[in-house]
Amino acid sequence: MNSRLRPADRAAPGYRPMPSRDVSRILPRLGLTLLLAWLVLYPILVAVADAARGDALGTFVSRTGEWAALWASIWVSLASVVLAAAIGVPLALLFDWLDFPGRKTLGSLVALPAVLPPFVGVIAFLFLYGESGFVARAVQAVFGLNQAPWRLQGAGAILLVHAYSMYVYFYLFTRAGLAKLDASLIEAAQALGAGRWQVLFRVTLPLLRPALAGAALLVFMTALGSFSAPYVFGGGFRVMTTQIVATKLNGELPLAMVETVALALVAVVGLAVLRRTEGDDPLTALGKGTAPRRRAIRRPGVRGLATAAGWLLAALLLLPHLTLALVSLVPYGSWTTEAVPPVLSLVNYERLFDEPERLRPLVNSLWMAAVSTLAALVLALAAGALVGRRRPGGRGGWPGRGGPFRGPIEALVALPWALPGTVFAIALAATFSVSSPLTLRWILVGTVILLPLAYLVRNLPITGRAVLAGYRQLDPAFEEAAASLGAGRWATFRRVTLPLLRPALAAGASLAFVTALGDFVTSIVLYTYDNRPISIEIMSSLRVSELGVAAAFGVILMVVSAVVLGLGARR
Amino acid sequence: MTVTGFVTIDGVRKRWSPAVTVGPVSLEIARGEIVALLGPSGSGKTTVLRLLAGFETPDAGRIAIADEDVTALPPARRRCGMVFQHYALFPHLDVGENVAFGLRGHADPGRKAGEVLKLVDLTGFERRKPHELSGGQQQRVALARALAPEPRVLLLDEPLSNLDPSLRERTRRELRAVIKRVGITTVFVTHEQEEAFDLGDRVGVLNRGRLEQVGTPDDLYERPASLFVATFVGRANVLQGATARALGGSDGQVLVIRPEQLRFTDGGLPGLVRERRYTGAAAYYQVETEGGDRLEVVADPGAARVGDRVYVAALRVLAFREGRE
Repeated sequence: MNSRLRPADRAAPGYRPMPSRDVSRILPRLGLTLLLAWLVLYPILVAVADAARGDALGTFVSRTGEWAALWASIWVSLASVVLAAAIGVPLALLFDWLDFPGRKTLGSLVALPAVLPPFVGVIAFLFLYGESGFVARAVQAVFGLNQAPWRLQGAGAILLVHAYSMYVYFYLFTRAGLAKLDASLIEAAQALGAGRWQVLFRVTLPLLRPALAGAALLVFMTALGSFSAPYVFGGGFRVMTTQIVATKLNGELPLAMVETVALALVAVVGLAVLRRTEGDDPLTALGKGTAPRRRAIRRPGVRGLATAAGWLLAALLLLPHLTLALVSLVPYGSWTTEAVPPVLSLVNYERLFDEPERLRPLVNSLWMAAVSTLAALVLALAAGALVGRRRPGGRGGWPGRGGPFRGPIEALVALPWALPGTVFAIALAATFSVSSPLTLRWILVGTVILLPLAYLVRNLPITGRAVLAGYRQLDPAFEEAAASLGAGRWATFRRVTLPLLRPALAAGASLAFVTALGDFVTSIVLYTYDNRPISIEIMSSLRVSELGVAAAFGVILMVVSAVVLGLGARR
Repeated sequence: MTVTGFVTIDGVRKRWSPAVTVGPVSLEIARGEIVALLGPSGSGKTTVLRLLAGFETPDAGRIAIADEDVTALPPARRRCGMVFQHYALFPHLDVGENVAFGLRGHADPGRKAGEVLKLVDLTGFERRKPHELSGGQQQRVALARALAPEPRVLLLDEPLSNLDPSLRERTRRELRAVIKRVGITTVFVTHEQEEAFDLGDRVGVLNRGRLEQVGTPDDLYERPASLFVATFVGRANVLQGATARALGGSDGQVLVIRPEQLRFTDGGLPGLVRERRYTGAAAYYQVETEGGDRLEVVADPGAARVGDRVYVAALRVLAFREGRE
């Protein structure tokens, strides 16, 4: 800025490039970086090292089943993206363009699949469309068939579940993108002579690209890590996640490591490729726009048709939830060949709350979700407080934006999101099955600690993203104002920072809690009898054909998730 | 003006990067004085304020308040009240809670908060939330909050920049009245000369991290210490070469002449009136000399018309050596 001053300044005696007090700033950052690295990165490195040992790699390369599973993972994930987009994007556009009675209610109902934890959604589909599910039985009864008209199995079944549960991402992202779209852009295109479709393809969709890319990335990563659907419906069709768990159950641990690393690699490559397509969001540069005007459907006939179609869709989306509720009311052994269960009672719930041992999984899930969420929140807050703050008034100070270790800390917090749950479960199991305190490894396998630890790792990106975003939006002047009014560090944090971060904390915590509560992927690898969570109990109930009990747990999970998410979204 | 230092800034410097340095800055501020720090953006005025508040620590130098060395003292223990540019009113607290924030340990925070709110004419606003207030009201709450713990020094960062221009002049007068009533030593930052002149007892002009001159508004305008101060404060014709010589300058000098120090005369520097801007009491004339220089002259609205040939003479010139700012 002032070249004239430079030589004199360089010689200035008062100038210290790194004053000693900075050590007190660097040490906590270093400490957090190391802790996160141990928690998040170290297990992956252990898995890679284990995979490289022995001839497991050779086995992996030579077996055609492995390549088939890997390829299946990739194409199922890509197909899931296409299907989810094909449902979610048009749906969002329609809700945005057309006005019909009940549009608002329906608009929020459409997001319902999101409150269904993955495994619960899968069993709901099983009860609904499975070979002994309601739909199959109905078809069987109507046509007088001797056996189920279809089997819900293989890639098609997996894709059905994925499409149902993942279109929500495309729907929500598209709606959010459309909400940011300035109506004047559309009007400008129309004034330049573009018709409805031209506007859609030449203006709207290109502007939505970042939103769509974001949704595609989310769906791809979710589908790649999806375990519940392939586990229940896969049958002989294996994807990488189920393949890994099967290999581990077979006792071929080194091979499971190689598979884990292979899946992780696919995830990382997928992430890198999709990130590139995301690009900068041109909409954020435009600021607040006026929402495009909605077109009310005026013709009564069309209006009625649209309304009916809308509610039919809602019913279709709600069917899994309703099915779950219905099956949870079926007493054990009372429903055999009838199309509709003959007896309904609350006996499944009563037994649950009468026998403490049956309630254990719920208690286990609750405490593990609570503890892991709290820990993830604390780590996220530490990351935010250390490297998440904006510089006051956009001034320099630290070289770079957030000072030392900002990049590593942010990357470590986000890393678990980039890797499927199975990868972390296997990596953690491998890391903590050896007692070697010098390399920071202890035997945690078989203890109740390992599963909540895995939940914590998986929760870290969720709370981290929310808290870091919260810190980024926090005007540093608030904390400075508190300091100038005599509040010390802790008082400032308690009286100003924490209250201002509350919405971000609530959003992050509720999402993390719900994710941990409904987890199946990591649980199936790491649970012990003493900490078996709800999802595992649902699975065991299904094995012994206690469908009602399984569904009752599913309903409880669903209700708790919805309530917690609702609380977290409150302003 | 002799100053007995209540606030002493002594050789303070802060280096942001090799190219961006603020200081060394030295400044003595008397008890009860209002000092304005004036400068273009990036001149370091806010840094000086933040160094005073304790949000930044200087790389060298010393800051003392009431004979106490506060250089290493954290902001929370400095007893400097600060009004932020965007006020930084805590959105989760109401007006009363905001004002009482710094009154922990006070015998009766509620009563004290009420008193200060009365001072800024906001009695009865205790239970309002900051977002329910107008910009001017928010500014007064911020002032009340800063004053409530009875700080030794009041610091204001661009206190009026967030207000509608129509509100600024009135608010400025009210602000000065409140500060003078409290009698608190005040430092405020602004990039607007009018604000600095109107509000400050003395004005410090900052440029590229250096304090170029500190003085009363009259001092700065009539006896600028540097070419930068001369041109940054008030309107100025900056002249060099032949035109400068014609108006009384010598070789190697840069002349600064205020528009009101130029006159149309019968003989002098010849020029052509290119533009005339009428402001009521007077008119501003753009006069082009034969050498192509442009002069701004304030004169009687009827003194000349566009296209007239005129002669210009200078009543008073400020001369600076060339090549220095």
